[in-house]
Amino acid sequence: MALDQSFVGRSYPPTRPYEVGREKIREFAEAIGDPHPAYTDPAAAEKLGHPDVIAPPTFVFSITYRAAGVVIEDPQLGLDFSRVVHGAQQFAYVRPVRAGDRLAVTSTIESINSLAGHDVLEIRGDVHDETGELVVTARTKLVARGADEE
Amino acid sequence: MTAKIAFADAEVGTELPAQTFQVTRDTLVRYAGASGDFNPIHWNDTFATEVGLDGVIAHGMLTMAQAVRVVTDWVGDPGAVVDYGVRFIRQVKVPNDDKGATVEVSAKVAAVVDESARTVRVDLLAKCDGQKVLGMARAVVALA
Repeated sequence: MALDQSFVGRSYPPTRPYEVGREKIREFAEAIGDPHPAYTDPAAAEKLGHPDVIAPPTFVFSITYRAAGVVIEDPQLGLDFSRVVHGAQQFAYVRPVRAGDRLAVTSTIESINSLAGHDVLEIRGDVHDETGELVVTARTKLVARGADEE
Repeated sequence: MTAKIAFADAEVGTELPAQTFQVTRDTLVRYAGASGDFNPIHWNDTFATEVGLDGVIAHGMLTMAQAVRVVTDWVGDPGAVVDYGVRFIRQVKVPNDDKGATVEVSAKVAAVVDESARTVRVDLLAKCDGQKVLGMARAVVALA
């Protein structure tokens, strides 16, 4: 059944701040196999003009995706998560995420479309730091496969 | 922000140094832990097969993370990336052996986005087994 269009534009309350730690960034950089020193060495990051180590560009997804959970699990929306695949992802950065950031995410349903029997849901996550400045906007496209496909 | 590539040196058509990334089961386990995405389709063959997959597949976000290295290594400062987006068009199947899967990434400067901001768009091509795995993979970077 197609998702209710009236959910488009709905925003969810901001998440509790996520505190970005140096060691978490290091762990993530190691997991993706990226040895760039800006991720692990504060002096190297500073040389590039950053106040502390920065996170790889896709790091913030761990935070925005968890935040998008409020949309995915909204019983009123009625998305069948067992049929959901990640269709597309985009990030618009104001500045890189860095160690010491306390990031809160506000999730908004940007669009709901029906495509060949699938529901396509686009969730925008606006990530703000503790001063209220926007750091990055993440757009996550989820595709809920139609039930008649099997 | 300190890009090591000058805007004037990044003409449209400039090719970035291509890179190859190996993805094994070990990579997936580490990425699951670091990212918090513990979906069993990325580490459990039985589960993956039960949901209709051909076996364990890599996290799309891992492929996205690896692909952008072609851009961040080229530009020098990962903080120079101002926009990055991909579509996940094909799964990267990761066999349970020492070799795993191989993702080949190439990229080129496709367009000038904003001359005054010295931003260019880099189009990425990520392939596994000769087939494209990311669609519309594009990064916008601010150059020196």
